[in-house]
Amino acid sequence: MADNPAGETVQADIFLDSTLESADAAEQLAVKVAAETGFAEEEVHRLGMAVRESVVNAVVHGNRYNARKKVHLTVAANQDRLSVTVVDEGQGFDLSALPDPVAAEHLLEQSGRGIFLMRAFVDELDIRRLAPSGTQVKLVKYRRKMVV
Amino acid sequence: MSARLSSRQVGEVMVVDVSGRITLGEGSSNLREGIRELLAEGKRSILLNLGEVSYIDSSGIGELVAAFTSVANQQGQLKLLHLTKRVKDLLQITKLYTVFDIYDDEAHAIRSF
Repeated sequence: MADNPAGETVQADIFLDSTLESADAAEQLAVKVAAETGFAEEEVHRLGMAVRESVVNAVVHGNRYNARKKVHLTVAANQDRLSVTVVDEGQGFDLSALPDPVAAEHLLEQSGRGIFLMRAFVDELDIRRLAPSGTQVKLVKYRRKMVV
Repeated sequence: MSARLSSRQVGEVMVVDVSGRITLGEGSSNLREGIRELLAEGKRSILLNLGEVSYIDSSGIGELVAAFTSVANQQGQLKLLHLTKRVKDLLQITKLYTVFDIYDDEAHAIRSF
C-alpha cells in the first residue's frame, strides 16, 4: 500500500454513503486496522468510538443524509501512530461556537457531546473547514511505548 | 445488535433491563420509546439496568439524559443500575456520573426509591 505525505501507509481510502450504516462500517474498519497494527483493546475501542462519532457528524450535520454526497474516509498507520481522516461535503461549522457540553448549563442537554468525546478518545484532533465546502476531521492515536 | 428492553415490576419500581448497543438510530429510539411508554402507563419510578449494554455513543448518552429529564419532569425518578466499566467511564468523562443516581446492587437500588 502507498505511503501518504505524513509517512504513513494508507490502509484504506474509501467513499461512504451518507447513512448511519456508514458509521458502523467506518468504526469496524478503524477497529480492525487498530487491532491488526497492535493497539491495546481499550485503545482500539476508544479509537473506534471517536471514528463513529466523526462519521455520524459527517452524515447527520455535514452531508445531512444527502444521497448525492459522500463521506471520504482514509485510515493510515505507521510504527508510531494511526490516523483517520473523515471528510464531508457539508457547509462546515464554527467550532468555536459549539457549547461546552460539560458546563453546568449544558450538562442536561441531549446532544452536543460528539466532538467532546472524540477529543477525549484520541491523542490529536484537528477539525478544519475546507474550501469551497466540507469539513475535514483528522483523528490521531499514538502507540503507547512499552516501558522496559 | 441495537438496544433491547424488557421491563419487570419489583414493588413500586419498574426495572428496565437493557441489552445491546445504544447508538444513534434504532438503539436510541428503542430506549426513548420504552421510557415514553412507561411514563404513559403512569410509571414514575424507573430503574434502568444497563448491565448488558455493550456499547453506548454520544447519542445514547443523550437518550439517557433525555430519559432522566422526562421522568423528572413527571415528578418521577430514573436511576441506573449495573454500569459496565465503559459506560461508567463515559459518564465520568461527560460529568454525568454525579447527575445520575447509580447503583451496583438491585435490591439496594429498589429500596432507594
